[in-house]
Amino acid sequence: MAYATRTTEEQLNDTAPEYEGFTREELHGLLAEMLLYRRFEEKAEEAYAIGKIGGFCHLHIGQEGLAVGAIRPLAPDDVVITAYREHTQAIAKGITPRAAMAELYGRVDGCSGGRGGSMHLFDTSVGFLGGHGIVGGQIPLGAGVGWAIRYRGGDQICVCFMGDAAVNQGAFLEALNMSAIWQLPVIYVVENNGYGMGTAFSRVSATEMEARSGAYGIPAHTVNGQDVIATHRFFADLAAKVRAGAGPQFVNAITYRFRGHSMSDPVSGTYRSREEVDSHVRDQDPIVILRDGLMERKMLTQAELEAIDAEARAICEDAADFADASPFPDPSTLYDHVYAEVNERGRLFLDGRGQGASGADAVAHGGRRGGPNG
Amino acid sequence: MAEMTYREALNAAMCQEMDRDESVFLMGEEVAEYDGAYKVSRGMLARYGPGRVVDSPISELGFAGLCVGAAMTGLRPICEFMTFNFSILALDQVINGAAKMLYMSNGQIPVPIVFRGPTGAALQLSAQHSQACETWYVHAPGIKLVTPATPADAKGLLAAAIRDDDPVAVMEGELLYNVRGEVPDGEYVIPLGVAELKRAGDDVSIVTHGKMVHVALQAARALEREGIEADVLDLRSLRPLDADAILETVRRTNRVVYLEEGWPFAGIGAQIVALIQDEAFDHLDAPVLRVTQADVPMPYAKNLEQLAKPGVRDVVEACKRVLYMNGHG
Repeated sequence: MAYATRTTEEQLNDTAPEYEGFTREELHGLLAEMLLYRRFEEKAEEAYAIGKIGGFCHLHIGQEGLAVGAIRPLAPDDVVITAYREHTQAIAKGITPRAAMAELYGRVDGCSGGRGGSMHLFDTSVGFLGGHGIVGGQIPLGAGVGWAIRYRGGDQICVCFMGDAAVNQGAFLEALNMSAIWQLPVIYVVENNGYGMGTAFSRVSATEMEARSGAYGIPAHTVNGQDVIATHRFFADLAAKVRAGAGPQFVNAITYRFRGHSMSDPVSGTYRSREEVDSHVRDQDPIVILRDGLMERKMLTQAELEAIDAEARAICEDAADFADASPFPDPSTLYDHVYAEVNERGRLFLDGRGQGASGADAVAHGGRRGGPNG
Repeated sequence: MAEMTYREALNAAMCQEMDRDESVFLMGEEVAEYDGAYKVSRGMLARYGPGRVVDSPISELGFAGLCVGAAMTGLRPICEFMTFNFSILALDQVINGAAKMLYMSNGQIPVPIVFRGPTGAALQLSAQHSQACETWYVHAPGIKLVTPATPADAKGLLAAAIRDDDPVAVMEGELLYNVRGEVPDGEYVIPLGVAELKRAGDDVSIVTHGKMVHVALQAARALEREGIEADVLDLRSLRPLDADAILETVRRTNRVVYLEEGWPFAGIGAQIVALIQDEAFDHLDAPVLRVTQADVPMPYAKNLEQLAKPGVRDVVEACKRVLYMNGHG
């Protein structure tokens, strides 16, 4: 195990989690999921370092408790929509580690066929609608998902994640207002890790996070995202309420990012100190908190922990192998999926290359010389 | 055939499609209780109820995004912008959302949405309310764009846009809403990507779209008095673009003027000129000229506004230039 063993004294200072309502198997399952996400992100980090993954890559390390706790209580046909730090959320909703990793590698077996990359994971079959790269852009989309559920009279809900910085976007304000007017079944979850890239939330907000939804009459809740048990319980309860018609909700989920904003960003630096990061890694690791809690209560043995971790590592190793073996997308597919419907007439593409894909007359190019006026 | 206004034709298209498809709904500012800022949705609230004809707050980014989100799950929203000027606030959801979703998701998530409303200038509405927005939309792969000029085209193209599985912008015109014309009865759909020759003539081609079709026709009548016969080709659909129809008129007249309401820099005409020089260079007897709005924000003062807008006289002048009739040849 990579996690430092802490002294008994430190452990006694923890707020003791209450496990009532969870079987030992379920608790192991929560731990296994968080470990899987940690190992997945570590694998991605490794693959990025050797150039297998390119572009922007935002890791969720430190925030895994939220992916598990907020998404696991959902029904399969509920919808999750989120921003670009979404690898683990995608897996939590049902995308396989293989399909997620292959997408990070930009390969054809990725969940977006290699067209999306790290920031644009999609799988409609599991209710995961991305993976969006513009801060706050997914919030009106989430409201729209909620609108469509209500329009059809369904009982699903939508969970729309965002980072703390997104609440300063107009898109957030507009979407929350409409959600309240129309009582849409959407839970807006701020993964509040304290920083929008390198800017502390307190520097760009005159109010506390909890105050942000009040203007629209949307109830605000705060949950400790590092406590997976509390988070899971909280979301199970809130999801049921929203499903029953409670209307939109706003959740300030307190968490911490153990890595930089993206791969090019140092873990600590101008905007936060090494000491601050270290203290969170030491005291606020959602995996360590659950692991120690279970061990204290003799609900987890070292051997069980090692087996769970070995399994997580094996799954991620396999995902990386799978991704590496998957082919790059076929160059002939470059123009596929720009349009869903190719109209019989007219050109959709004017670059001289896409016409074939558009189904339009593949061109006058050949006959242009030597016309009647040439 | 029935005679109706352009406004009524748009209304007829929306009702035609809402009758046949429950997944179609209309959302926008003032579309329901107020009957539409330009009365395009008159009577629709009473007919379809507040669940399907929905007044939005003044939140272009928000309600456009909401409509895109709804479309991502298979509904077919008609998102009305009071004018496309205001849709500039919504462009993130249009470009980064609607246009790219299908591609980013590898074909999993079509976005069958219609963005509609008036584009271009009306009368003395000044800079922020008077701009042609076609270029902003047509620039992004993933979006389609149609610009009906007549009541019949308004009905047929809007119906086609609603049925299309991609995001389609339908750009109308404030000054077109009262235009009357014959409109086919019953279900009427005009396929996207089909231009229409609104007038035939062998001497010069005026290629245009949207409201400028009417300016082009007036110019053609003025030219006719001087013995010049002009083709007036209404593109109707800018993406998909009926390149064949453009090339055909070029081959017939060998002289082309592109007329548009927008600015010249990277405008629609710039694209059409590129297409023509690329694929019909040897058919040209003169450089292709463009008639556009002056390259300035729209001024308010009546005389300046008139100077800034492309007018009949500008088109006549440009046609004569490509015919080398103004001392140029």
